[in-house]
Amino acid sequence: MGGDLNLGAIHMLKLLTKCAAIVAVGALGFTGALVSQAKADEPIKIGTFLSVTGGASFLGDPELKTMQMFIEDLNANGGLLGRKVELIHYDSKTSSEEAGTFVKRLIFQDKVDIIVGGSTTGNTMAVIKQIQKNEIPFISLAGAGVIIDPVKKWVFKTPHTDKVAVAKIFKDMKSRNLSKIGILSGNGGFGKSCQKNARALAGSAGIEILADETHGKGDTDMTPQITSIKSTAGVQAFLYCGFGAPTSIVAKNFKQLGLTIPHYQTHGSASMRFIKGADGAAEGIRIPAAALLVVDQLADDHPQKAVASAYKAAYESRYNDSISTFGGHAYDGLLIATQAIERAGSTDKETVRAEIEKTNNLVGVDGIFTMSPNDHLGLNEGSFVMVVVKDGGWKLSQ
Amino acid sequence: MLAEFLQYLISGVTVGAIYGLVGIGFSIIYNSSQVINFTQGEFVMIGGMATVSLISAGVPMPLAMLGAVALATIVGVALEKFCIEPSRNAPVVTLIIITIGASIFLRGTAEVLWDRNFHSLVPISGDNPIDIAGAKLLPQSIWIVGSLMVIVCGLWLFFNRTLLGKAMLATSYNRLAAQLVGIEVRNILLLSFVLSSTLGAVAGILIAPISMTYSTVGVMLGLKGFSAAIVGGLGNPMGAILGGLIVGIAEAMTAGYISSAYKDAVAFIIILAVLFFMPNGLFGRKVVEKV
Repeated sequence: MGGDLNLGAIHMLKLLTKCAAIVAVGALGFTGALVSQAKADEPIKIGTFLSVTGGASFLGDPELKTMQMFIEDLNANGGLLGRKVELIHYDSKTSSEEAGTFVKRLIFQDKVDIIVGGSTTGNTMAVIKQIQKNEIPFISLAGAGVIIDPVKKWVFKTPHTDKVAVAKIFKDMKSRNLSKIGILSGNGGFGKSCQKNARALAGSAGIEILADETHGKGDTDMTPQITSIKSTAGVQAFLYCGFGAPTSIVAKNFKQLGLTIPHYQTHGSASMRFIKGADGAAEGIRIPAAALLVVDQLADDHPQKAVASAYKAAYESRYNDSISTFGGHAYDGLLIATQAIERAGSTDKETVRAEIEKTNNLVGVDGIFTMSPNDHLGLNEGSFVMVVVKDGGWKLSQ
Repeated sequence: MLAEFLQYLISGVTVGAIYGLVGIGFSIIYNSSQVINFTQGEFVMIGGMATVSLISAGVPMPLAMLGAVALATIVGVALEKFCIEPSRNAPVVTLIIITIGASIFLRGTAEVLWDRNFHSLVPISGDNPIDIAGAKLLPQSIWIVGSLMVIVCGLWLFFNRTLLGKAMLATSYNRLAAQLVGIEVRNILLLSFVLSSTLGAVAGILIAPISMTYSTVGVMLGLKGFSAAIVGGLGNPMGAILGGLIVGIAEAMTAGYISSAYKDAVAFIIILAVLFFMPNGLFGRKVVEKV
């Protein structure tokens, strides 16, 4: 008796499971149909993770503001492909671990169509493996050349690389008959990469590096390193590779030690914060920078003048804050992304990726982008201008 | 040669004095509670950032400095009252974790309240360096070392010549005995937070013209100050000063003579060596476990 009952129960259970399975499959198919139908009304999702807080917050802050402004303007003008655009943002707090977590969330939970973000080289490098594995177009806003060299299929970037900056600086040095230099670099991702490129490019540029110093993260005083460069015989010029507070500290230390040789820094210093932080010690320092920095001094026929001055006017009137070139990287990132989606006519990831790669003569804030399968940056040293700090502001140098 | 050596020494002493000032804060709180207070670096940050924001709001510099110190002290008191005191029966490790949490909270609040950029402070007496045998000394360095001396003298007088200071010392030697002779141990703990946060803020204001100030400036300075306290012997404020100077000078000399790449490594090797041969630090008391 008991056995019969058991058998009956098992039979019922099996039947129920079968039933449930059928219902589930049906439901799935149904929702599937719903989803594909809703797709046209759904917003296009652009994901981003930026260092809005933490060590590189001076990058993430203007980047996020720029992106929010860009997306709002885009939606006000009818969106993209007739659909609204939604920006999904996470603050990576400048931590590589957090960046990794958020990219996972962007891909699997938010199911974004494209990712534009990653303020620092460290944060970007931490997510590249996931991006490549999950095949989603990604435009990084970080500086170092390692991000796109060697070329990675799904990874692009907008800021000039340290390599391009160093090439521009070396060219400027040669034109001023400076060939023996001392360099100081930060030990972050950008500083290290810049130092490596300076060493690599020096030979072919006819530059000799006589002193090669570094400083640590959060260091408060670089006079020992600069003293050591100062006491190296024959040094004709000084180059600092790094970004953030150390740029101002180095400028101050340099002045304190009474050095008078030409002082170069990279585009990592291209912010008013650098000049203000250095309290007058930045006078005379030369940096390669995007034309955006000196947009008012550009000739009217300069190809970037219109785009750059429009961005500057919009940003400054909206946030009542002076522009930095960092926000410009984010602007260009979104410009490249949205134009590629427009050309692709859909958000199909492979098509969009191919279209980003075909970006041709796109006038952005950072320069004029022409990408190719071998070049996922699309900028050369021509997109840089040399600027010099004068009277507490930037002055275009000829 | 001499000029370079002097330059390294100046850099080392300046930075070391700041490490020492931060280290004193660790020692004072450790003395009264056995807690390593990891918000010490945030007091440094509050000192610098609050001064900057007050000055930009139009407050004259001396008042802004006082205001910033007052703010840091209030934060220190609040931390003790609302975080440490309610959980005073918790194990020391729990309290240390609470201070780590508080430091993250304070950093976040600073980023929201002020901003995420780095700022400079105008040096107290200009930035024209003084030439000493070819080495350049910033007036601000004199301010830093001078303030450190004043603070050291003040602390010495406080701990050795006032009843309150002696009560603090007594509490650090034996909490129970101190309580039995009528010392209000709870107030001593509060006082230690007042002293530490005040000193931290002073350090933050003094270093800001040299190192800039930003919301995360306290992270590395806190770590180096902690190292200073360890080298000098946790719980000995004067030891923290000496520890700070040792770490600072070692860093500067390494960066100058060997290679800047090994600078931080040398500082940590010194700490390891000190801990290996003198586990209580250079001037630490021997801890005698009574069974």
